[in-house]
Amino acid sequence: MTNNLKKTDVVIVGMGAAGGVAALPLARAGLDVIGLEAGGWLAPADFAPDELRNNFRGWPQAVQKANREIPTHRRSAGAPYSPRPVVHPMMNAVGGTSVHYWAQSWRLNPWDFKVVSATTGRYGAARIPKGSTVEDWPFGLEELERFYDIVEHEVGVSGQAGNIMGKLDPRGNIFEGARAREYPMPPLRGTEFSAMMADAAKTIGLHAFPGPAAINSQFREGRSACMYHGWCDRGGCHVSAKSSTNVSTIPKALATKRLAIVTGAHVKRIEADEKGRVTGVSYSKDGQDYFQPAQAVLLAGYVYENVRLLLLSKSRMFAQGLSNNHGQVGRHYMSHNQAASVLALFPRNINNWYGLPAQGVGVDNWSDDNFDHAGLDFIGGVNLWVMSQRRPIAAASASTFGKAKGWGSDWKAFVMQNADRTHRAYMQKTTLPYEDNYLDLDPEVKDPLGDPVIRITADLKDNEKRVAMFAADKMVDWYKAAGAIAVEKTDVGTMGVTTHAYGGTRMGDNAQTNVVDRWGFSHEAPNLGVVGASVMGTSGSRNPTLTVQALAWRTAQHLAETWKGRTG
Amino acid sequence: MGNNSDGKSPGPSRRDMLKLAGAASTLAGGLAPAEAAPAVKSTLRREALENLSAAEADTLEAFCARLIPTDANGPGAREARAAHYIDHALGGALASSRDSYRSGLMRLDQHARQSRGASFASLAPEAQDAVLTEIEKTEPEFFGLVQQHTIQGTFCDPYYGGNKDYVGWDLISYPGIRLSASPADQALAPHATPVRKSAYDFPMFGRGGAALADHTSAPVDHGQMPQGMGDMRHDQ
Repeated sequence: MTNNLKKTDVVIVGMGAAGGVAALPLARAGLDVIGLEAGGWLAPADFAPDELRNNFRGWPQAVQKANREIPTHRRSAGAPYSPRPVVHPMMNAVGGTSVHYWAQSWRLNPWDFKVVSATTGRYGAARIPKGSTVEDWPFGLEELERFYDIVEHEVGVSGQAGNIMGKLDPRGNIFEGARAREYPMPPLRGTEFSAMMADAAKTIGLHAFPGPAAINSQFREGRSACMYHGWCDRGGCHVSAKSSTNVSTIPKALATKRLAIVTGAHVKRIEADEKGRVTGVSYSKDGQDYFQPAQAVLLAGYVYENVRLLLLSKSRMFAQGLSNNHGQVGRHYMSHNQAASVLALFPRNINNWYGLPAQGVGVDNWSDDNFDHAGLDFIGGVNLWVMSQRRPIAAASASTFGKAKGWGSDWKAFVMQNADRTHRAYMQKTTLPYEDNYLDLDPEVKDPLGDPVIRITADLKDNEKRVAMFAADKMVDWYKAAGAIAVEKTDVGTMGVTTHAYGGTRMGDNAQTNVVDRWGFSHEAPNLGVVGASVMGTSGSRNPTLTVQALAWRTAQHLAETWKGRTG
Repeated sequence: MGNNSDGKSPGPSRRDMLKLAGAASTLAGGLAPAEAAPAVKSTLRREALENLSAAEADTLEAFCARLIPTDANGPGAREARAAHYIDHALGGALASSRDSYRSGLMRLDQHARQSRGASFASLAPEAQDAVLTEIEKTEPEFFGLVQQHTIQGTFCDPYYGGNKDYVGWDLISYPGIRLSASPADQALAPHATPVRKSAYDFPMFGRGGAALADHTSAPVDHGQMPQGMGDMRHDQ
């Protein structure tokens, strides 16, 4: 039996990085918001610095609905399935994956919003890769700038501006688009290793700078400054210095008394009426079924779950899934190629035992369209990032660079000498959407409730492979300038389940090729909004979360501002 | 199952079991045959086995000890109790690997008996290395599994039963878990004194830690703890 609950103004599906931000402008506008979250609350005592548990065992298993619905992957429609991972890289909790994310909080480069027009204008239309479905965003960075600014302050981001109103500051990223003002906090502390890498960059004409992080570099809004102990990677912050939404925007929204969060809620369907409007959300909690009616619904899951819920939510008006009458749900899927990287071996200890992924220096000279692609055979680029982070099991599992056998006394002697001498660059590269890279429902694999999981059909294309090879060469140059005595490139890989997925409910003015309009609302069901990286039409070459949060704020604010029109 | 030449039961034969039982009782009496000495000298007293049989555990122990050997450079996987870690974890987080271990260890031991005429655990270290080099080629998946778990058992938080006495962390000069790292802790100069504590030795992650973290700033040595974390559970 379904329990019909009292109607509310807005239901948000997912209280993570996106939903946890969207709740705030709605609640402040006086709307009653119910946040449905599959996970529960976690607290500092949950965030033990335990590598085995955090990094190998998919902590915390017990509350992870996501782990029971891990997508399948195949490289192409005719290809066999790839091995399915046993742990989903994303997690369910109040705060979602922002609990254990790296918290790097970049704005996209201006080029990312206008890949088609900028590429055509500078190099000619023939340079758009064949088969790509890429479009310009319906607006440029200028439109999103003020929302980036809002979330940098509301969430709490540390960083060093590189371009304030067109005035470049070499302490920051001189390639970033113009911003209105500085970050609310100075950047995270550097290390002697990051200083060494920044100096090396300078010797080969590269501009290194500290990156932005949603981590307090100083005490702010009642939360501690970063302790730099490490353990951010798949770990929550033991002093709440990380600006995960469960300690930043969600408490602010709760303080308005307009937000109520239901934990342990497994959302199954979004319901729609005969007029094509959404009426509310069906979910189960503790074995009971509920229907939560609402004036408007914001879908705020991760890319895979946003697409899955739409495809599962079939009705008379939406026989192919909610908001899918144009067959666009699941299309224009992208994911960063985080696999292709470069490893380096230094002739001395570099003391990377402490620190966090966001504590490092980046180089944007080879990102986006920051360099001339005229003589090259690809578009896009890479953000090169070196950080201070090392954990014992990972250190002992590092490459021996062909200098020792993989085990035994030789290996042991190598590891004893070199455990703190290896380094792995983090290299995020442009990925474009293609006609044959998409998400749909798996025809066979189901979750415990009997609903199909997402099937990823996607592989890296020539453009992406060329970016990866170019990027690796540039990283090798940087490492060598810093004195590395050996380097190793890792495989290009494919596009399996990832933390950096994009698309599937793309945003754009054309309803034939996009699921949501420029405000993030369905072209087909006007009181359904979608927030999350699923609306992004390009990947950029940097972490997605701040863009996701800026878009979420913008969509939520728009809903509040146009409330009567959207819900009437 | 490639080495299971008789094509019958994947388990060891009754004769093998009797031989192994004999070997074990010999060891328990302290009368280890000379050729078995390298495999047993530091573990005369057997720990409780939770998932593996005694024969499997002996094979695994010897396997781990060759991956990360006890040698002139100091203790290795044996002293870290990596095999003990694996045996325990096979009943929990690594349960999905239990069958791989059972069949893999049996094939390894059969291969040793067929090619070298003795159980794997009783071979001299050089012969064990030769057998493992063969297994690494013929069974890369099983070999990789054991290697991965041996590294886990040697370098993990000691809470999990491996890395005993921090021998793994000492081996790589890991300066240890700190709840706060100063600029000096991140300098290129070497660390003076390593911290040798499990994550769960810190009060905020121990028993009662949830309450402690809500109300004290004890675990950190600079900065301020957020207040009121415990009040933010506004469930419907």
